[in-house]
Amino acid sequence: MTDGPAIEVRGLAKRFGDVCALDGVDLIAHKGQVVGLLGPNGAGKTTLVRVLATLLKPDAGSARVLGLDVQRDAAALRERIGLAGQYAAVDENLTGLENLTMVGRLYGAGRASAKARGRELLARFDLVEAAGRPTKTYSGGMRRRLDLAAALVARPPVLFLDEPTTGLDPRSRLSLWAVIEGLVAEGTTVLLTTQYLDEADRLAETIAVIDHGRLIAEGTSDQLKDRLGGERLEIRLDDDADPEVAVRALAPMSDELPSIDGRLVRVGVRARDGAIVEGVRRLSDVGVGVDDLALRRPTLDDVFLALTGHAAEEGDGEQEPEREQAA
Amino acid sequence: MRRLVTDTLIIAERNLIRLPRAPELLIGFTLQPIMFVLLFRYVFGGAIRTPGYSYVDFLLPGIIVQNTAFGGFATALGLNEDVRKGLIDRFRSLPMSRAAVLAGRTLSDVATNTLSLTILLVTGVIIGFTFQTGFLEVAAGIGLLLLFGYAFSWFLAFIGLLVSSPESVNSVGFISVFPLTFISSAFVPVASMPAGLRDFAEVNPFTIVVDAIRHLWLGAPAHNSVWGAVVWSLVIVAVFAPLAVARYRRAAGS
Repeated sequence: MTDGPAIEVRGLAKRFGDVCALDGVDLIAHKGQVVGLLGPNGAGKTTLVRVLATLLKPDAGSARVLGLDVQRDAAALRERIGLAGQYAAVDENLTGLENLTMVGRLYGAGRASAKARGRELLARFDLVEAAGRPTKTYSGGMRRRLDLAAALVARPPVLFLDEPTTGLDPRSRLSLWAVIEGLVAEGTTVLLTTQYLDEADRLAETIAVIDHGRLIAEGTSDQLKDRLGGERLEIRLDDDADPEVAVRALAPMSDELPSIDGRLVRVGVRARDGAIVEGVRRLSDVGVGVDDLALRRPTLDDVFLALTGHAAEEGDGEQEPEREQAA
Repeated sequence: MRRLVTDTLIIAERNLIRLPRAPELLIGFTLQPIMFVLLFRYVFGGAIRTPGYSYVDFLLPGIIVQNTAFGGFATALGLNEDVRKGLIDRFRSLPMSRAAVLAGRTLSDVATNTLSLTILLVTGVIIGFTFQTGFLEVAAGIGLLLLFGYAFSWFLAFIGLLVSSPESVNSVGFISVFPLTFISSAFVPVASMPAGLRDFAEVNPFTIVVDAIRHLWLGAPAHNSVWGAVVWSLVIVAVFAPLAVARYRRAAGS
């Protein structure tokens, strides 16, 4: 194994007709790291994963995984990567065990050892009881776990997870997160795309924010949040209160203008200590009633909103352009 | 090359395992051909004159050839589903042979065609079909049918990858298969057709294959139809296998 980074992307570009899916992306992931690729639908996340997984030829730029070029060394690279997609690519008419055995044999393993590895993974992903049932009888969470298991058949050192929990119920998400954390603990390098900020926050050490095919920010969750400055006071006003009055009263507490979002007023504060008391005092001085108030750090939602001008999860479930079949 | 063979067999095995679990397809392979034979034999049979042969003898080779063409629908629908469900992405991310997904598909059609061929032959014999030739000719006819069915699977593989939904697979498939099989010698003597249709029917590969089977099973005059059928099968593979493979690469986005 080489000593370079696990994933190294330089100037990557890809167009689909008029749609620019990737517009000069640079990205580095070191071995054993979890990189979260965060962005709304159509931002280019899936395109990037598909290029890295050797499924898609880029128009320009280069991408290397474990030192192997995704185009020139594609065959060698496929031995060492695992891919789990948002569409849970398992055969729904095969059982869980049959699916994993098939994948193992396609990696070149014999029937017996592929089956043994399949059983091992089913046990690990809590699917033993469902092992003999066609996967069309599985719940969404079970299918995702099986899909992830299929990606792990050959113990790949690098794993690509394309929106692994999209569409899952909260319990299934939590259990899938635990599985991914287990893999990371074993040293697997993971590139994870998500449109869920809490997912990136929980799983990824480094977060790369992508929008319209460009990386617009990169860093740890804390670094990204720090870009928005310190703590903020969030005040929900009474129904009959005038937000403009509240903003004028609160403005001296902050270096920037407080923002108004309906009845919600946000104020970036200079110091945490005493901020709540001062906020309440200032508002009561001008006779504005307060319904609820809290001091909090910026969330990744705030970061995303500030960076892109729109919320991260506002996508309407539209597919990324590359998922559509070319006519 | 060894990889291509083993991977093709793995994919073919997968297709055959899942077949009994998707009963609608199995019904297509078993009940539909029986229905066709009975409908033609008893509804149209009395009205169609086939000089020199009873209608059931005339009909069975025709309907069996039509049925081998339908066998490829399993490939078209299966590939279409694999693309839509993302399984093709899974396969393409694996270090497996690039051609095995398509080769495994068309290969498993040979098995399903063997099944429906058997069912049709048994049905045919029950309603009065009789072979007029020896064992070797009958076996050669079966081999030729499987070869032609295999070739036609490549055409349908291309269709399955070309269109975006199973509904379009069905409509494009039927729109191409029905005229090809009906404007041929499969169900009526070509001589009974009006001039324009007759010209098409005479060069139609389905006519050539049906005539070849009638030669091999009933001793009808061959007119080079057996070799013609073999050549047509090879030409169909030579044209549509590369087209389907190119389409496979594109459908999967590379």
